[in-house]
Amino acid sequence: MANALVFIDNPGAALKKSSLELLTIARSLGETAVAFTGELNDDVAATLGAYGATTVYQPSVDDLDNYLVGPKAAYLAAAVAASGATAVLVDNSPEGKEIAGRLGIKLNAGVITDVVGVEADGTAHKSVLAGSYNTTAKATTPVTVLSVKANNVEPAPSGDATAPATAKVEVPADGLANSARIASRTEKPASGRPDLSEARIVVAGGRGVDGDFGPLEELADALGAAVGASRAATDAGWIGHDAQVGQTGVTVSPQLYISAGISGAIQQKAGMQTSKVIVAINKDAESPVFEIADYGIIGDLFKVLPQATAEIKKRKG
Amino acid sequence: MEETLKIVVLVKHVPDAQFDRHITGPGNTTDRDESILSELDEYALEAALQLAEERGGPKAGNEVIALSMGPSGAVNAVKKSLQIGAYSGVHLSDDALAGSDAAATSLALAAAIRHISADGRPVDLVLTGMASTDGETSLIPAQLAERLSFPQVTFASSLEVTGGQVSARRDAGAFSETVEAQLPAVVSVTDQINEPRYPNFKGILAAKKKKIASLSLADIGVDASQVGLAGSWTVVESAEARPPRTAGTIITDDGDAGIKLVDFLAAQKLL
Ligand SMILES: Cc1cc2nc3c(=O)[nH]c(=O)nc-3n(C[C@H](O)[C@H](O)[C@H](O)COP(=O)(O)OP(=O)(O)OC[C@H]3O[C@@H](n4cnc5c(N)ncnc54)[C@H](O)[C@@H]3O)c2cc1C
Repeated sequence: MANALVFIDNPGAALKKSSLELLTIARSLGETAVAFTGELNDDVAATLGAYGATTVYQPSVDDLDNYLVGPKAAYLAAAVAASGATAVLVDNSPEGKEIAGRLGIKLNAGVITDVVGVEADGTAHKSVLAGSYNTTAKATTPVTVLSVKANNVEPAPSGDATAPATAKVEVPADGLANSARIASRTEKPASGRPDLSEARIVVAGGRGVDGDFGPLEELADALGAAVGASRAATDAGWIGHDAQVGQTGVTVSPQLYISAGISGAIQQKAGMQTSKVIVAINKDAESPVFEIADYGIIGDLFKVLPQATAEIKKRKG
Repeated sequence: MEETLKIVVLVKHVPDAQFDRHITGPGNTTDRDESILSELDEYALEAALQLAEERGGPKAGNEVIALSMGPSGAVNAVKKSLQIGAYSGVHLSDDALAGSDAAATSLALAAAIRHISADGRPVDLVLTGMASTDGETSLIPAQLAERLSFPQVTFASSLEVTGGQVSARRDAGAFSETVEAQLPAVVSVTDQINEPRYPNFKGILAAKKKKIASLSLADIGVDASQVGLAGSWTVVESAEARPPRTAGTIITDDGDAGIKLVDFLAAQKLL
């Protein structure tokens, strides 16, 4: 019987770093099984084994993606029953959290979201109120469901890799009923840069970029960073809404957050103030972003950023 | 004209994020003094009002009911919703509800919605914000849908209701999607969906005449042991205020700030 069950949804050809992180945490809780959806190719199966998964469950039906969340939660509940796991780990994406939520109701299990660390007894650490409190929370129920934020553990293979067993799980018919159907879906163009929520470095721009994200993109590429934005910049249509960092956008917690031409409104801070190091570039010395910046530059981003990019390229040779 | 709708909008009374917020008491719950209507719920209310207005408003038999669960002060979130334009309000309040986690909250809200459905025509649509601005878990819409056996349509950035079906656009990570579900449904909306209206003088006066029903746990048939700290499936064991971030070095650009920035990044081993 497994102790921990990790939900891995449609990884495609390779597992995402955040999935490797979940597998690494799961191993610290005991024997690990995986509830998988999508096509399980050999490379992915081998990686799952290397990260300590002993069993990989797959759903009996393959159209879970045609519905919003409900059937995936039903499948996961069935996989929990099959595996006997007492801790379920899902990623902290909006969809991950919703699956966690529905699963909690199905299993009478406590759900903790936005988790940044898990102890061996299932105690979870998270920060709340826009990063102003650190809390520990625990489920009081036999099963615990945790949605875990990316970037909080170093992914590490288990050392003694095994080939995991595979098993089918019957998806209950009621999982499809009462669920919203996805009528159409279009994939957004990929930027080639790291995923914003997982990136080690984020370069973010606001109204101050005045329609031109070029200097930010060049700095981001020199640093291997993702590009983020304030709502003022996404509302203006200068960059896609997915780039929005903040209360109603993506929450990021990178090693380095470079904020350029952003004033630092409370809703923007809510999404970035747990970054390890914050750098701010702003023309206005009174901007609230300077209250939280480790390194602040009062200046014009169109001068500072290109100079920094050139200097980084020079030093990297 | 479209069929009329009975819409419940969930509105939460939350601590104002513009000020410092605190966690207090034995259950480590949020201090609710100085609270306001959760900003993100205003988008749900606006969406509900637009749907009702497209169908002829209250005169044609549409209902837009603002429902809040919370201590006595939470009635202010309902009052504000009435001033903005909700047609009537419901305040679910009971001492036993204090400290409810998402699971216990969704249980109580589901029971309140069943109660509102039993009272006249059934509810067609439950509208919510994308998250509360205090707990920020986004769990309630999904958990409520699960408890009511309604489909959930979450993070809608546009919304249409026709012929007993809701259709919404959403931006889900790497994809843009259109989703469809039969009514009754739970729908959460993002801040991209509309521009919420403000209460005007007429709205504030009109709100005084609107009805707010008070519900207790007994009214909705929920036992005190199912909610509050007793009925919650999670406990917050400790809460520590993080030291606020303090300002670090601030320099003014004299023509070489870009180079100084790179020096700083190198010193922090971030290059
Ligand atoms: C419900 C709700 C949800 C919200 N959610 C979010 C969210 O998730 N994320 C978010 O970011 N915002 C959010 N907001 C908006 C937020 O309140 C602010 O309006 C927004 O963050 C402001 O963006 P900004 O800092 O880019 O623009 P501004 O506040 O206009 O600031 C622009 C800054 O750029 C500086 N500047 C201008 N030119 C230059 C230059 N050449 N070089 C250097 N500096 C320059 C200016 O000095 C100024 O400080 C939300 C608001 C609401 C009501």
